[in-house]
Amino acid sequence: MARASFSQATWLVAEREMKTLVGTKGFWIGFLFTIAGLFALTVLPTVFGGDDPEVAVVGSASQVVQGKALDVREVGSVQEAADLVRADEVEAAIVPDGAGIKVLALNSPPNSVIRELVESPPVELLEGSVVTSGQRSVTVIVFGLVFLMFGMGGAAIAQSTVTEKQTRIVEILVSTVPVRALLAGKILGHTILTLGQVVVLALVAPIALRVAGLGELLGVVAPALGWFVPFLMLGFVLISSLWAVAGALVSRQEDLGSTMGLVMLAVMGPYFGVQFFYENPVVLKWMSFVPFTAGVAMPVRLFAEQAAAWEALLSMGILAATVVVILLVASRLYTGSLLQTGARVKLSKAWAPAE
Amino acid sequence: MLTVRGISRSFGDHKVLDEVSFDVRPGRMTGFLGANGSGKTTTMRIVLGVLAAHGGTVSWKGTEVGPDNRPDFGYMPEERGLYPKMKVRDQITWLARLHGVDRETARRNTDELLEDLELTGRAGDRLEELSLGNQQRVQIAAALVHEPDVLILDEPFSGLDPLAVETVLDVLRKRAAAGVPVLFSSHQLAIVERLCDDVVIISKGRIAANGSREELRAKHAGDRYEIVVEQDAGWVRDVPGVTILELDGPRAVFEAAPQQVLRAALDRGEVRSFTPVVPTLDEIFKEVI
Repeated sequence: MARASFSQATWLVAEREMKTLVGTKGFWIGFLFTIAGLFALTVLPTVFGGDDPEVAVVGSASQVVQGKALDVREVGSVQEAADLVRADEVEAAIVPDGAGIKVLALNSPPNSVIRELVESPPVELLEGSVVTSGQRSVTVIVFGLVFLMFGMGGAAIAQSTVTEKQTRIVEILVSTVPVRALLAGKILGHTILTLGQVVVLALVAPIALRVAGLGELLGVVAPALGWFVPFLMLGFVLISSLWAVAGALVSRQEDLGSTMGLVMLAVMGPYFGVQFFYENPVVLKWMSFVPFTAGVAMPVRLFAEQAAAWEALLSMGILAATVVVILLVASRLYTGSLLQTGARVKLSKAWAPAE
Repeated sequence: MLTVRGISRSFGDHKVLDEVSFDVRPGRMTGFLGANGSGKTTTMRIVLGVLAAHGGTVSWKGTEVGPDNRPDFGYMPEERGLYPKMKVRDQITWLARLHGVDRETARRNTDELLEDLELTGRAGDRLEELSLGNQQRVQIAAALVHEPDVLILDEPFSGLDPLAVETVLDVLRKRAAAGVPVLFSSHQLAIVERLCDDVVIISKGRIAANGSREELRAKHAGDRYEIVVEQDAGWVRDVPGVTILELDGPRAVFEAAPQQVLRAALDRGEVRSFTPVVPTLDEIFKEVI
């Protein structure tokens, strides 16, 4: 009789995982949510924050505001202007004061208006960078969020594993194909799906940036994106194998929560680590070499032009080596726990050689 | 031939299987009988490699069963389970392909089996939408779709109504007739009695009886006969050496000296029937366990 080879079995498992996941509503909701979130992060600030501040102007003060980026409303008297400020219809009022002018505001100095009225001194940056700190924080947030979304998305692997254990189809599967093919197929299937989503995002991202008027940022982000994608994929494989083990250790969906915590920590920890410490170059440098945080930290450093290509390659090498080690460990734990039903399987028992 | 030799297995200190040996012959339906907890499922799981044995071997055509030849087996586990949200036809086809069957054959086999099992109308439904009885039929299809060389079925008839039992039986008989050894466990002795060729009875982890149905019956038949004559059969008790077990007008069941009884009966008149009493599986089962 014909026999499915290891790679055929792996592919069949991967194919089924993909079809199943794509057939669920949750997958599409999650994906659309990610796209919407990215648009919101990049586009909304310019839509809502881009308007010129509105000011009321009285008499001779109108000369001062000419040619400034202010939305001017001329009124007849100081009293009238003050009323508009109190009614919160304008941000501030600019009124004559002796020979000069005075700004009226409600309860705090209107910085955006004042900035327009004073002449700023020339600034020379000694260590200039094409990337502003604002752009950097946007990149940290976007890279971090994408990593978080896909990392958490890997939970589908845990769920699919538990489904197989809970329904006991696992007995048929295990008597048919090697357990490693099951594990490999799951990771492969979900990795391909994630890669597909990343590609769609990479195609959508430039549109979002153009809409936001950040077209020039694109040129800066593109190379970092080139690094981000392989880091993201390796990071995903790393997390995936952990999700698979989390699923194999329990026998019912209801018990999944007890093993998912640690994996969630492995996804969220690095996310928050990078969000909190990206402005600390020393911590960021360390994080860019630690496998779990490298996926976000290294692309951010590359984006900020703080890291050389060799550092990225080294970090990726460390990550790849970790992936191999974790895959081997996960495969043993997965094999050791897949057929154990009942209570949650202890890690030591999953690791022990089969009886 | 599937050969099980000296299989043992313990869970902790509890010895569940103790030197279990039996054969499953090609083209024969072998019934695997035993009380709850006697070790039927454990034995089957070991044959399928789902559980490791603590000793002994399982071989198929002289080769030890392992990852290389196990995909040729068809398995229906005791605890049923397929993917609840997957469509019936997709699921069966996928399982066939996982066993190494090419796409075309997988589709053809699936459609034929669903037809045989009267499930064609439900082929496009998700498994969870089917009744439990129909899910059970799908499970049978899952065990058969890759045209296995050996069939190991754990309680294939439990949960089926009498009509479904017939349907499934037809499908299984077809396989056995094609030369496939079929091992199936059951606690419904009447069904086993009717359809199995060979019987293996396991009790407390040991094989208590093993052989073809006829052999077993003959072996456990003892020296018991039933005679029905014209008039009252009360005289049988006077034949020397005979023990009467039942006496009911013209009918008597007795042990020993059959020829003398028959001769005496013919001397007295007509004999309506004279048969050795063959024990039912139920009786054999109760006797050996």
